[in-house]
Amino acid sequence: MTLSRRVFLSAAALPAGLAAPNLARAQAGAGRVVIIGGGFGGASAARFARDNFPALNITLIERSRSFTTCPYGNLVLAGRRDINFITFGYEKLAARGVRVVHQSVVAVDAAAKQVRLADGAQVPYDRLIMSPGIDLRWGSIEGYDEAASERMPHGWVPSLQPISLLRRQLEAMPDGGRFVMVIPDNPFRCPPGPYERISMVADYLKRAKPRSKLIALDAKNGFSKQPLFQDAWAELYPGIIEWRGASNDGRVTRVNGAAMEVETEFGEKLKGDVVNVIPPQMAAKIARDAGLANQSGWCPIKPATLESAQVEGIHVLGDATIAAPMPKSGYVASSHAKHAVACIAASLAGRAPPSATFFNTCYSHVGADYGISIVGVFRPGPNGFAEVEGSGGISPRNAALTAERRKEHRQLEALYADGWYDSITDEMFG
Amino acid sequence: MREDVGRDSFMKLKFALCLLLLSGGPVFAQATDTPLLIGGCQGCHGASGQGGHGIPSIKANHSRDEFIALMRAFSANERPATVMGRISRGYTPEQIALLAAHYARPQ
Repeated sequence: MTLSRRVFLSAAALPAGLAAPNLARAQAGAGRVVIIGGGFGGASAARFARDNFPALNITLIERSRSFTTCPYGNLVLAGRRDINFITFGYEKLAARGVRVVHQSVVAVDAAAKQVRLADGAQVPYDRLIMSPGIDLRWGSIEGYDEAASERMPHGWVPSLQPISLLRRQLEAMPDGGRFVMVIPDNPFRCPPGPYERISMVADYLKRAKPRSKLIALDAKNGFSKQPLFQDAWAELYPGIIEWRGASNDGRVTRVNGAAMEVETEFGEKLKGDVVNVIPPQMAAKIARDAGLANQSGWCPIKPATLESAQVEGIHVLGDATIAAPMPKSGYVASSHAKHAVACIAASLAGRAPPSATFFNTCYSHVGADYGISIVGVFRPGPNGFAEVEGSGGISPRNAALTAERRKEHRQLEALYADGWYDSITDEMFG
Repeated sequence: MREDVGRDSFMKLKFALCLLLLSGGPVFAQATDTPLLIGGCQGCHGASGQGGHGIPSIKANHSRDEFIALMRAFSANERPATVMGRISRGYTPEQIALLAAHYARPQ
């Protein structure tokens, strides 16, 4: 074991293509696994493969040298965490024997089983994992393009725009000002995220600019953990938050960045001192270019193995996939990652894939010492994925708890959220 | 040095597991199931189950029977919990047994 591990580790230092020597290739379950995307899905896949399947040769391709998480971005926005707290490097993954390549992928050639990088290099693979994340649909809200997003930040894709831009605008907002949020219809990255953001902005306004208001215009009529969020808003931030759903003319169809104005479906125009537009989304370009996405803009996958339903030999993870009822969350991407790696290891060894159980917990911070959660356990179902009956769901509502237990429950979930963040980021980057 | 000895026997155990992995289908499925299953625990309880930020340690805190009884109590709402009731109901008795074997005190 020790010997083959050493052979593998020295092999990892060789250039791609030469990386798996005959000795390693001859081992059962050996093979070259290339991972595109170093977020929750990709980084978790690399770590899980290194820890559990030493015969796999792992290359992680990620264009950025650091990764800033979406989780806890709303706490940075509220001034409760620093941006450095949510930013990580890939050095430790590299030290664990993952070959980390900081390059953009320009093309995936599934027939030749190789990936072409921006510097012209070709990276061959036996199995490919793509965890590409999302792109924003510029122009799907009229007037919302990249230029407009400088005036009206999205703060939704850290690699495109750091949350600090929205943070600066929030800090510069006058007391008595209006913060307007535009929220998309399903599906989108992090279903509870906009509502945690409403909560964290209100938390900041209450402390720093108590005469200000937040108006959230939503393209749908319901949202994740809705009763818990709305109970908490009434309790913690009375008079600050107004949320409007689609049936109350909440759908924004046009924005004017120069005028800092948004326009709803039925023509109401609203100005904001700060305008946060979270636009509709789709699977990232590299996934669409590789032929993984269907007409919806998202990637259909085979539930048992997470292989692309459209292109053989490619496993697709995380936010880019069509995996409802699983949410587009970091924890789900990490859960996808482990299963995909185990399926790949099994497949390379000529075995059947392991049975699939996927897991998610999403905590949201609603206020200081006030956390709520949604949990889900999922398995492949007759059509796609299914939540295990009787499991999962959201934290109990206020009315279901005694006053004492309620306080304790919310405090514990805020604390546990911090524990979750530390554990999962340590698993990826520690 | 003592740690190295411990590590060495751990590597031997891993080696034995690898042999099992190579030897047959059903065994392979089981051996891969545990690292996959504990992913649901590690996200909060940490890589080895050590806990932190008020999240209890689940590492070698219970016997297998105690671990299984605890999960049963969570799933029946017989024990106060934040998320564990909702989580425990998502797993089969076989999966709970695998988790117990992984996290329980050595017997």
